Amino acid sequence: MRETIRASFVIARRDFTAIIFSKSFFIFLAGPLFPLIIAIAAGGLGKQVNQDIDRPIIGVALNANETAAIVAAREKLVANLGKNGVPELLQLNGVDPDDPDIASQLDKAVRPLTAILSGSLENPRLTGSEQDVRRWQGRMALLSETALSRPEPVEVEAQVVASTGSATKRNRLATAQGGQIILILLTMILAGMVLSNLVEEKTNKIIEILAAAIPMDAIFLGKLFAMLGMAIVGITVWATLGFVGLSLVSSGMPNLPPPAVGWPLFCVLMILYFSMAYLLLGSLFLGIGAMAATVREVQTLSMPVTMGQLLVFFLAAYSVTKLGEPVEWAAVLIPFSSPFAMIARAAQMDNLWQHGVALIWQAMFTLIIIRFSVMLFRRNVMKSGNSGAKKGFLARLRS
Amino acid sequence: MTFIPSEIAVEARNIVKRFDGDVAVDGIDLSIPRGSIFGILGPNGAGKTTTLRMLLGIIDPDEGERFLLGSPDPISRAHKVGYLPEERGLYQSMKAFDAIAFMGALRGLPLALGRERGRQMMENHGLGDAADKQIRQLSKGMAQTVQLLGTIVHEPDLIILDEPFSGLDALNQGKLERLIRAQADKGVTVIFSTHVIAHAERLCEEIAIVAHGKIPFMGKVSTARDRLRPQVHLETRNLDGPWRSAIPADCQPLGHNWHFALPESGVEPLLRALIEGDAGIQSLSIERPGLHDAFVSIAGEAVAKKMEEDAAQDQAAEAA
Repeated sequence: MRETIRASFVIARRDFTAIIFSKSFFIFLAGPLFPLIIAIAAGGLGKQVNQDIDRPIIGVALNANETAAIVAAREKLVANLGKNGVPELLQLNGVDPDDPDIASQLDKAVRPLTAILSGSLENPRLTGSEQDVRRWQGRMALLSETALSRPEPVEVEAQVVASTGSATKRNRLATAQGGQIILILLTMILAGMVLSNLVEEKTNKIIEILAAAIPMDAIFLGKLFAMLGMAIVGITVWATLGFVGLSLVSSGMPNLPPPAVGWPLFCVLMILYFSMAYLLLGSLFLGIGAMAATVREVQTLSMPVTMGQLLVFFLAAYSVTKLGEPVEWAAVLIPFSSPFAMIARAAQMDNLWQHGVALIWQAMFTLIIIRFSVMLFRRNVMKSGNSGAKKGFLARLRS
Repeated sequence: MTFIPSEIAVEARNIVKRFDGDVAVDGIDLSIPRGSIFGILGPNGAGKTTTLRMLLGIIDPDEGERFLLGSPDPISRAHKVGYLPEERGLYQSMKAFDAIAFMGALRGLPLALGRERGRQMMENHGLGDAADKQIRQLSKGMAQTVQLLGTIVHEPDLIILDEPFSGLDALNQGKLERLIRAQADKGVTVIFSTHVIAHAERLCEEIAIVAHGKIPFMGKVSTARDRLRPQVHLETRNLDGPWRSAIPADCQPLGHNWHFALPESGVEPLLRALIEGDAGIQSLSIERPGLHDAFVSIAGEAVAKKMEEDAAQDQAAEAA
C-alpha cells in the first residue's frame, strides 16, 4: 500500500507538472466561458425544477361555509386560469379565523405553507413573508370575490412576517440547486479530460516502462489525482477571478440563502463531493480510455461518455425537489449520481452522519472501478507484440 | 513455501501464457544465475517478450510460477530491477536528464539524486550538451541512450533488456555491448533477448533458445556448441589411398577438399592415418562449431531461417 501511494505520487507529480507548465493550460483556464453558455442553455432544466419548488400552498382559516365557498371558487378559477395560475388551498382545521397569532400556524401545518388566508371572505387577511403576500394578494382577492359571487372588489389585508418555513425551504432548495449545478458543470468539463489520459503513455510506448516499475493501480491513481489537482488549481483560479469580478461590479458577495449545514461546512462538502464525483467518473473514464488504442478511438468514445454523464446529471437534478422519495434515494445510492444528490441534501438537511457514509460509499466504488479497470487493462491491453493494440476497442473489451 | 536459492536471479517453472486461446508461451522453465549475462535467443514471435513480461510481472502467467530476485511478486522487487522494453518510449516534453530521473523515481530513487546522476551519466556518455534538451529535440540514437541510462540510473541488481540492439547502428551496438559488460563486471545480472546470434555469442555465458513458445535448450554457450562435433577441413594432394579409411565413408571430395565431422576417436588417429597412408596433406584445420550451427541443430533450419530474416529486417530498418 505504501509503495502504491509512493508510486502514485511519482506519476501524479509528473502528470501535474506536465499539465500545469504547458501552454495549453492557459486555454484550459479560459474554459469557464463554455460552462457559462451551457448554464444558460441548461436554464430549461432549472425552470422545470423551479416549477416544482414553486408549488404554493395557501392555508385557509375561515369558517366552514366560507371555506367550502372558496374551495369551490378555486375549482372555477382553475378551469379558466389553469393549475399554475391559482395556488393550492389547504384547510386549517380548528384554527380560529381571528387568531391574532395566526402566523405561528405557518410552520405548524402538515405541509409547508406559503401564506394563510384568515378573517372572513368580506375582510380577508393574508399572512406570510412580504414577497409571498405581495405575490398572492391579488389572487386571494379574486378568489374571495368569486366565492362571494359579487362584482365589488374585495381588499385583502396584508400581514407580513419576517420568515416562514416555506420560504426557508424554498431558499434551501435554491441553494441545493445552485450547488448541484456548479458541481455538475465542474465535473462535466473536467472529468471527461481523463478519458484520453493514458493515450500519451500508449502512443509514446511508455506504458510498459510504467507497468514494469510500479503497480498498475498506482498508475491509475496517480493519473486521477494529478488531474484532480489540476482541476482544483483551475477551480481556485476561477473562484478567485469570480470573487474579484463580483467585488468590482457590486458591493461584495451576494446575500445567498444559507444551506441547512451552514456555509463553512457546505463549502467543505462541495470540495469533497466534487473530488468524489471527479474520482468516480474519472476512474470510469480512465478505464474506458485505457482500452482505446488511438486518439481517434478516444474521440469516438467521448460522445457516448458525455451522454452517460448527462443521464447521471439529469437524475440528480430531477431528484433535488424529491427529498426522501424513491427517485432521490436512487440518486443517492447510485455511485455516479451520489455526490450531486448528496450536495443537494447538504443544502436541505442538517444531519451530518449521512455525508460520512456517502463519502465512504463513493470512495469504495472509486477503488472498485480502478481495480476493475486495471484488471481489464492488464488482461486485454498489455499483450505481447501489440496484439492487444491491433484489435478494436470492443474486441479488447470482450476478450 | 517455495525455496529459491539466493544465487538464482530469475526462476520460472512451467509458465504458460495464452492469448485468445493461442499459446504464446508453452511451459517454459528458466533458472538464471545471479551475476551472469544471460541471452534469450529466438526469432520474433517465439515468445521472448511474453516471457520477459511475465518474469517482470507486467502480465501474469496462466499457469506455473515465476520468481524475480526470490519473490513471486515481481513488482515488489521493481526497485532492484531495470527494464528496457523492445518498444522504446519517453515523454516527449521532458528534458533528457529529467526523463532519466523520472525512470529512477519510478523505481524508488529520490528525484533530486536521479537528476544529479542523470546529468552525470549523460556527461559520461558524451551527451552532456543534450541534458537540458527535450526528448523530442534529440536524435533517435540519443533518445535510446537516454532510455538506457534511465534503466540503470537507480543501480539495479538485475537488468532486463528486450531486443536492446534492435534499431541501433553498429557504433551504438558496440557502446551497448560495452555497457552490458561493465554492468556485469559490477556483479549485476543482465538478461537480454535477441534474434541476432552474434550478440549472444559475444556477450553471454548462458543462453536459452526459444522456439514456438518452448525452450529446447538452456545452458552454457559452450555446452550448446559442444553438442556438435568439430568440423575438419582437409585438402589432400592424393584422392585415394589407404588413408581414406580414416575419413567417413559418406564424405565426398570437392576437388581435393574434404569436409567432415571429426571422428569420435579424435585428432591423433586421424592425423596418423593421413600421414602413414600418404594422403599428402596440403592443409588441415579443425573448427569448433559456432553458436549459429548449434542453434540450427537445436531449433531447426526453419526457425534459424526466420531469425536470419528478422535480423535482415532489422538491418534494413536501420539503414532506412
